Amino acid sequence: MILRVSRYRPGVDAEPVFQEYEVPDRADWAILDALNHVKDAVDGTLSFRWSCRMGICGSCGMNVNGEPKLTCGTFLTDYTGPVTVEPLRGFPVIRDLVVDIDPFLANLSKVSPWLIREGEEPDSEYAQTPEQLEAYKQYSMCINCMLCYSACPVYVLDPDFLGPAAIALAQRYNLDSRDMGDRFDVLSAEEGVWGCTFVGECTSACPKHVDPAEAIQRYKLTAALRSVLPFTRRRP
Amino acid sequence: MTYSPPRDRLWFLRRRAYLVFVLRELTSLFVAWSVVYLILLLDAAAGGALPAFWAWAAGPWVLAVNVLALGATVFHSVTFLNLAPKATVIRLDGWRVPGFMISGGNYSAWLAVSVLILWVLS
Repeated sequence: MILRVSRYRPGVDAEPVFQEYEVPDRADWAILDALNHVKDAVDGTLSFRWSCRMGICGSCGMNVNGEPKLTCGTFLTDYTGPVTVEPLRGFPVIRDLVVDIDPFLANLSKVSPWLIREGEEPDSEYAQTPEQLEAYKQYSMCINCMLCYSACPVYVLDPDFLGPAAIALAQRYNLDSRDMGDRFDVLSAEEGVWGCTFVGECTSACPKHVDPAEAIQRYKLTAALRSVLPFTRRRP
Repeated sequence: MTYSPPRDRLWFLRRRAYLVFVLRELTSLFVAWSVVYLILLLDAAAGGALPAFWAWAAGPWVLAVNVLALGATVFHSVTFLNLAPKATVIRLDGWRVPGFMISGGNYSAWLAVSVLILWVLS
């Protein structure tokens, strides 16, 4: 099996170039295993991110044959011909397959992705019913792998767009019965939910079956209602 | 020193899903045309100029545009209604109403309004 890997070496390459590596076509190898084989046995200068190898950490997201994928969960047997591996689109490339994730982290921090509470801390844990858990559980499965950003043409064309994962995670807390925060100003801005044109590819790309497109459309409805009824608090 | 690729002006040709999305957006032009056509029709009806309007509307170019507009607006409406469940999450005593029921409700409303308009016109 031939791997066509995008290489970018700052100070050496003016722009990314492809380099081909031949790797064993093993049925149990994911793309990440093949990249690690190259790194260990063929070319130690190849750079890429990875960690858990089981779809939890979200580190190994790359474009495989043009599609954003977690390389630990995408297998060589899924492809017949040469496999092209490129860095995630929409992010500056630091080196080879390693992208600069600072723009994503900056967007993520804007939505305050944590439980916001007011008043005194309770003496015991915050209890929730199964229904209250179900309201936000889907969005809590996000692993920040950024595949949705790479799949989103709006974000690739306009990096000011808050992006699918950040908005889905904002909804993860908005819909949490324990949260008392208000993220309206950030989410209802032009570069917030209204930047989304509903291509829907973020949902298709998500390896954890989160539905960012749904999160965004739902908040558009919320934001529209709050704009009409500005006196309405998030959780009356 | 990071590398940022130049803007891809043909991004919508890179994936089928992007192309379908752009086509869906372009159908908005025909939706806008349909609105203009209806306003012209109402204006003609109010001004007693319906015969002149029908004569103009029977012209080959207007007919061709309206046939195209019909296809485009149906495509736009169907894709819009299919996406409605994404924005509308309804829970009844903890049970989430399935998407097909929300879409079905929208299609039923569309059908009912169409039948009503047909009845008024006939």
